[in-house]
Amino acid sequence: MRLLVSDLTHRYDDLTVLDGIDLTLAEGEILAVIGPSGCGKSTLLGIAGGIVAPTSGSIRVEGEVPDGCLNPITFIFQDFALLPWRTVEDNIALVLEHHRLSTAERRERVDSGLRRMGLSEFRNALPKQLSGGMRQRVGIARALAVRPAMLLLDEPLSALDAQTRELLMDDFLELWRREKTTALYVTHNLDEALRLADRVCVLSRRPGRIRELVTIEEPRERRQEPSAQAHLAEVRDRLWHLMKAEAQMADREIARA
Amino acid sequence: MSEAMTNPYRTSLRSAADWGLVAVALPALAALALPLGSQDGAPVGWFGGTMAPLFLIGVVLAVIAGRSAPKRVWGAWAELAGVTLAWLLPFHLLEEGMDLSAGWGLWLFLVAATLLLWRVMGVLAGVPGWTRSVIVPGLFGLGLLVGWEVLVRGFQVPAILLPPPSRIAAALGANAPVLWDDFRQTVLTSVLRGYVMGCGAGFLVAILADRVPFLARGLLPLGNLASAIPVVGIAPIMVMWFGFDWQSKAAVIVVMTFFPMLINTLAGLGNSERIQLDLMRSYGAGYGRTLVKLRLPSALPFLFNGLKINSTLALIGAIVAEFFGTPVVGMGFRISTEVARMNLDIVWATIAVAALTGSGLYGALALLERLTTAWHPSMRRR
Repeated sequence: MRLLVSDLTHRYDDLTVLDGIDLTLAEGEILAVIGPSGCGKSTLLGIAGGIVAPTSGSIRVEGEVPDGCLNPITFIFQDFALLPWRTVEDNIALVLEHHRLSTAERRERVDSGLRRMGLSEFRNALPKQLSGGMRQRVGIARALAVRPAMLLLDEPLSALDAQTRELLMDDFLELWRREKTTALYVTHNLDEALRLADRVCVLSRRPGRIRELVTIEEPRERRQEPSAQAHLAEVRDRLWHLMKAEAQMADREIARA
Repeated sequence: MSEAMTNPYRTSLRSAADWGLVAVALPALAALALPLGSQDGAPVGWFGGTMAPLFLIGVVLAVIAGRSAPKRVWGAWAELAGVTLAWLLPFHLLEEGMDLSAGWGLWLFLVAATLLLWRVMGVLAGVPGWTRSVIVPGLFGLGLLVGWEVLVRGFQVPAILLPPPSRIAAALGANAPVLWDDFRQTVLTSVLRGYVMGCGAGFLVAILADRVPFLARGLLPLGNLASAIPVVGIAPIMVMWFGFDWQSKAAVIVVMTFFPMLINTLAGLGNSERIQLDLMRSYGAGYGRTLVKLRLPSALPFLFNGLKINSTLALIGAIVAEFFGTPVVGMGFRISTEVARMNLDIVWATIAVAALTGSGLYGALALLERLTTAWHPSMRRR
């Protein structure tokens, strides 16, 4: 599924958060969006997911929806958004409940989600009994259960510690190795962008405009190899340079306000 | 004390001796010098022909056993036996026909026994499981009842002012059929119906007000107003409107319970996290589905809060309303008429029934809450 954003602007009352965004996401592409806090990253994601209506501009999705897809555009949230009174299994089943599915199919989707995220033995646990990493795995399993065509990830690893973050990045790599799901990945962590994304979109400080779109040439599977490191370091420097300037200016503006 | 010399970690005087036990022993020793009570106007001491010395020896043995027990908890149980024995002494003396009101030796002795009980409870409260959750509160309640019984009988408080619990229990037994009829009228008829109507209406209107913002804006200030309405003002009016039977009591209860339920439900509906609402929206769930799957479950702790507050309000409302007119049955009716006839035992028995009913309702709701909201952070596992 492709995402086409053109001349998108969004205001909250007097505050312009996004200004003239033009962006195209190709089928199966993973685009990371980085930028200083308050630059409208999450708003962009909300607009893409249809839960925020933009002030002006257009946003379109095109293309085929995979077989068995129940919710083409699906979020993965920073704070997991699990319902604390539901078990792991029932949290995953939540998003299947308002679709007419046979019991067998519902069961199959829940089970395959549990299996892929290594949660089978925790199916009857409540979220409060799980670690942060496990909770996010439930969030991912829930998203996968609807067989999405596009994933919108809102800082999915920001609430986790460094090791868990590494482990979940591997999970994402495995996910994208098996399925070419288009993804918009909002983060403020450069390493996540460098490990997972095909392209990185750097947003300016508020009002968010696109500063630059950086393509990472090295294919995802080879980025751990020594030969890839020179290119990655170069991209990293470039991104950091762009981000640093914006973040510093954003900080000064906050201090002045 | 020898331990204090050999154990290098016990260096200060503060930890070297069992000062708690010393605090218990001092009043106990002082008590030995004072009389236990008087018989026919003459004071009777510890060794005045009663079995008091046997009780004393028993208590001392229990304390020694408690000190030398290999585990602190076993020691606590032995000390508890001593406390029990000490508190049985006044009953024995009353049997002997003694007047205890000037028996300062006895009262000091009981003070010492109570201090010992304090120690015991301190230890038992640290034992996880049933001991801490059931036995400790149970002992506490029993202790209050025994203390009440002994003080009232020992100081010969007139029963018209405060009867001992045993007399209330006897009145409960003797008037069981009447009390049961009152209970049926007040609780099973008025309270249950009024409670269901008041809470139900509050809940439904809250859901409506959540959907229609001006309703919430208009109703919430009214809630403050309504909570300030005195029951004794509204009750006679409701009796005039709805007659003597349960309908007027239910109406009073509805007035009292409607707003607490409304306010709690509204607060509960606002309790869903933004991100959870986003989740529901992003999966295309509409208002109804979001309400059922997300907002009502996350409102449950608030709903139970309202239900629990209302359970006691409803009982108070019904009893007070019955003061202003009722068929000749009901707990409020019983209290108002029997007070006028100076029949205080049955009044106290009715109060006991009301208190037990109120805490029973509350307890049942708390249990239900525990079962349904085990996921909530306030329900920690012990």
